[in-house]
Amino acid sequence: MKFTAPAEHNPIDQLKVVGHPHDRIDGRAKVTGTAAYAYERHQVAPQAAYGYMLGSAIAVGKITRLDTSQAEKAPGVLGVVTYKNAGRLKKSKSHASRLLAGPNVEHFDQAVALVVAETFEQAREGAKRLHIEYTSWPGRFDLAAEKVRAVPPKSNPMSGPPDTRVGDFESGFAQSPVQVDSTYTTPDQSHMMMEPHASIAAWHGDQLLVWTSNQMIAWAVRDLSETLSISPQKIHVSSPFIGGGFGGKLWIRADAVLAALGARLVKRPVKVALARHQIPNNTTHRPATIQRVRLGASKDGHIQAIAHDTTSGNLNGFREERAGSQSRLLYAGPNRLITHRLATLDLPEGNAMRAPGEAVGHLASEVALDELAVQLKMDPVELRLLNDIQFDPEKGPQRPFSSRKLKECLSEGARRFGWERRHPQPGQVREGNWLIGHGVASALRNSPTLESAARVRINSSGQLTVETDMTDIGTGSYTILAQTAAEMLGVPLHHVTVKLAESHFPVSCGSGGQFGGNSSCSGVYAACLRLRNALAHKAGWDVETTTFSDGHMSSAGQTRSLGEVAGPKGLSAQDKIEFGDSQKKWVQASFGAHFVELGVHRISGETRVRRLLGVFACGRILNPKTARSQLLGAMAMGLGAALMEGLAVDTRYGNFVNHDLAEYHVPVHADIPHTEVVILEELDDKSSPLKAKGVGELGICGLGAAIANAIYNATGVRLRDYPFTPDRLLSQLPPV
Amino acid sequence: MKAFTYERAHSAQQAARAAQQHPQAKFIAGGTNLLDLMKHQIETPTHLIDVNHIGLDQIEKTPDGGLRIGALVRNTDLASHPEVRKNYPVLSRALLAGASAQLRNKATTAGNLLQRTRCPYFYDTTKPCNKRKPGSGCAAIGGYERNLAILGTSEACIATHPSDMAVAMRVLDATVQTVAPDGARRSLALAQLHRLPGQTPQLETNLKAGELITSVTLPKPLGGRQTYSKVRDRASYAFAAVSMAAIQMPDGRFRFAFGGLAPKPWRVEAAESQSQPPAVAEVVLAGARSSSQTDYKKTLTARLIASALKGGNPL
Ligand SMILES: Cc1cc2nc3c(=O)[nH]c(=O)nc-3n(C[C@H](O)[C@H](O)[C@H](O)COP(=O)(O)OP(=O)(O)OC[C@H]3O[C@@H](n4cnc5c(N)ncnc54)[C@H](O)[C@@H]3O)c2cc1C
Ligand code: SF4
Repeated sequence: MKFTAPAEHNPIDQLKVVGHPHDRIDGRAKVTGTAAYAYERHQVAPQAAYGYMLGSAIAVGKITRLDTSQAEKAPGVLGVVTYKNAGRLKKSKSHASRLLAGPNVEHFDQAVALVVAETFEQAREGAKRLHIEYTSWPGRFDLAAEKVRAVPPKSNPMSGPPDTRVGDFESGFAQSPVQVDSTYTTPDQSHMMMEPHASIAAWHGDQLLVWTSNQMIAWAVRDLSETLSISPQKIHVSSPFIGGGFGGKLWIRADAVLAALGARLVKRPVKVALARHQIPNNTTHRPATIQRVRLGASKDGHIQAIAHDTTSGNLNGFREERAGSQSRLLYAGPNRLITHRLATLDLPEGNAMRAPGEAVGHLASEVALDELAVQLKMDPVELRLLNDIQFDPEKGPQRPFSSRKLKECLSEGARRFGWERRHPQPGQVREGNWLIGHGVASALRNSPTLESAARVRINSSGQLTVETDMTDIGTGSYTILAQTAAEMLGVPLHHVTVKLAESHFPVSCGSGGQFGGNSSCSGVYAACLRLRNALAHKAGWDVETTTFSDGHMSSAGQTRSLGEVAGPKGLSAQDKIEFGDSQKKWVQASFGAHFVELGVHRISGETRVRRLLGVFACGRILNPKTARSQLLGAMAMGLGAALMEGLAVDTRYGNFVNHDLAEYHVPVHADIPHTEVVILEELDDKSSPLKAKGVGELGICGLGAAIANAIYNATGVRLRDYPFTPDRLLSQLPPV
Repeated sequence: MKAFTYERAHSAQQAARAAQQHPQAKFIAGGTNLLDLMKHQIETPTHLIDVNHIGLDQIEKTPDGGLRIGALVRNTDLASHPEVRKNYPVLSRALLAGASAQLRNKATTAGNLLQRTRCPYFYDTTKPCNKRKPGSGCAAIGGYERNLAILGTSEACIATHPSDMAVAMRVLDATVQTVAPDGARRSLALAQLHRLPGQTPQLETNLKAGELITSVTLPKPLGGRQTYSKVRDRASYAFAAVSMAAIQMPDGRFRFAFGGLAPKPWRVEAAESQSQPPAVAEVVLAGARSSSQTDYKKTLTARLIASALKGGNPL
């Protein structure tokens, strides 16, 4: 089905199942350990041998000697995959570099070998016995130093051209009586999802079977096919349970390719999981940014000029971090300039991580707004309300927002938070040794939609089965897809079985970019409409007058059970949703406002958050429980970005040093204080038949900026280099 | 992990004897540090002597009113022991500021003292490290040093000793009791347990090969006001940037020991006779060698000292 005009009243609006806070339907399997994650799928390949990946010890250079003989003789070792015996491997377009190095090495910890053995320990010991020598070449590891050589990146279909210009920024800024011109830096960040990348691969003749942990099944097939030069029809990928991804599993990584190569070499299924410490350097990360934001405003607070210039770097000039995305859309202002520059670095591949672009973009743009409020001596909530805009500020009123409740989020948040009690003067509130501050920031995350297909079957007892290659990365896809199908066919939730993430299922949008929930449920919606048609047709009824409820269908005074109509063979229907130019006609984004109360320790400079409130408007909420969890989790992640997360680059060796969870800090429970999530009612009929929008990545946008702003309110110190560990504050605090 | 043999000892004597028979052996207690190091092949013992069943898991009063803590007492049990909470609160607080509840349930008193540094380059076997591979160089110097030491270091190594517990024990003047493989028993001051790196950072303690720690003894309670202030990058489950165990004695004088600054719990007794905060800090930090990444540790140390001397409860 094509979605071209705003959604009308449709079966979803009944809200008998959709919109209810159902527990996850896969929750029991998960808490009882029966949901098997990739590495633990013993039943699919009981004889699997173990592969251990060895990564390159250097960043850039060449393997000059590769001696596998000692490893091959080690107890239990079955074989060693290296570039010498792997056959020809191509680099797929999805990857910045090859997934197996040799003889050239492109980044630190790029895979150089896979040792396959009877046990994991033997494989790891075998890897220690590989004798590899390298020649190292100088590399580019320092973003600040490479900034001068950064170039404009290419346009891309999802986020458009890298630079946009409206009006005349330079003169608009020069003529503004109030100006902010600040530069912010954000570090490289690691996804550090709970489940590391893991795959089991097996060959059945020329057919390759891969059980893996991946967010985008069809891309996995495509990229394996490109890498291994095998027809996609011969590749089968399965990933029904995923222990988190955050974008780190959008594309296949070395575990999948090496498992396939290992299995071919030892003629046996092979399983490979990355060790925790391999994740930051072997896989992808969110790239560091340097962002300069300039704001010019009139004395009454109307923004006249906005510029947001971002520089990021990447391996082989791969792709840039679009940190200016939200600055294109958040506030009004006639003169605008958004630019992105990309430097080439020899660090591991930078790529998408939860809310790519916006997550770090807000860390600059929403702090700049606070700086503007300080200069204007204006309340920062009021400043944001004043500069609200209901259409695309770059394209004009002909491109309105599909829905936008930023003002409502800010006002409702301010009311609930008790914002009026905040002291407008920084450094005024003290409790014991704690300097108390309050901060606010807006949140905008683009809400893209992607084509998504599904198949729905009904059997003679009225049970539904949904099949789509959609994934559930811990977000709740299983549950909301079941709710959608149950609503559409009028059956109870427990009559729906959802089967996900097999490459032979209809191709969905996958999980990413916060498009998954809205798009994949719309795909199931489309398939269910087809199934309703098929049932009505079989009953000989007019579908327009047929209602579906309580496991029955009724029309013109007649009622029959769905199972009976479906008949002994059942019925099946498949369709996909296509969104046409709906994203062009309307700007689609979800919105929110964050309010933070925190304390900065007067002596140690430690920042501890006390209270978080997020108010969000993101279309129809398909399941308030899973939606809340997404927002809550994203807020925790935003807190981490502000206060502790950051990969430390060693610019001599070209690697990320703090590569495990002891050294790469993410928030622990003690860091997450009382957090309140409020979701405003909103229906977005221009976004999809579900009238929903993206939820999963919104919460991370802006939260860190609200923390920065609260630190300023607490101390009068303006921090612009993330993360705000105690050492960043210490020298600026008053003497003890 | 290198293949190894394993045996379970049932008494301290048996453990010591086993160590004599297997010169390449290691004792394993909670295993929370040793196993990680074995997985990375940073430690490659050929034989493990499991000391978890040798007893030595009691906390007893000593005849002179002190406290003897068995080597196998778990960190959780030590922190929550009524005697420790009442009379040695700095120790209880230091323990609870360390690691996580799960780790503290496994971690033992002796294992905690002998845990190895968290220097990230020590854990990365692709980098030079004099402690891991003597003579190979030190990758940390000039690299990511933010969490490393500024006192007691050498050109060969700037690693810190990461323990919180040991810092409190140091301020309490604890002693360590051991039994050697030949059965000889001795007691040494905690201050004498750890060595500074000098040119041999691989040698971290003054224990002899196979020497087993049997207990740690605390002198009789000092009384006074005892605090443990641990500054860290997140609220829990992080090693100290700087930590300070402080006791204001009943006579008003102070004692200080520090973590996060040095290759061993750092205490400069001479500083304790000073009364002005800058003077105390100056003596404690005498000889400090810091970089732009670690300068903040000096500021932080001075601020913690000043706050304690001014009667504040630093954290
Ligand atoms: C993620 C993480 C975070 C942590 N955070 C902190 C923290 O914040 N603060 C902190 O202080 N600690 C922290 N720790 C370290 C933790 O406290 C230590 O790992 C623990 O105390 C070690 O005790 P164990 O009994 O497990 O030692 P093991 O790992 O069993 O042994 C450690 C060493 O001691 C030797 N050994 C053990 N018993 C004896 C004995 N009786 N005689 C002689 N030698 C012996 C072993 O041979 C080995 O060399 C953390 C650890 C981890 C993994
Ligand atoms: S500081 Fe010490 S432990 Fe760290 S790399 Fe240098 S020698 Fe090794």
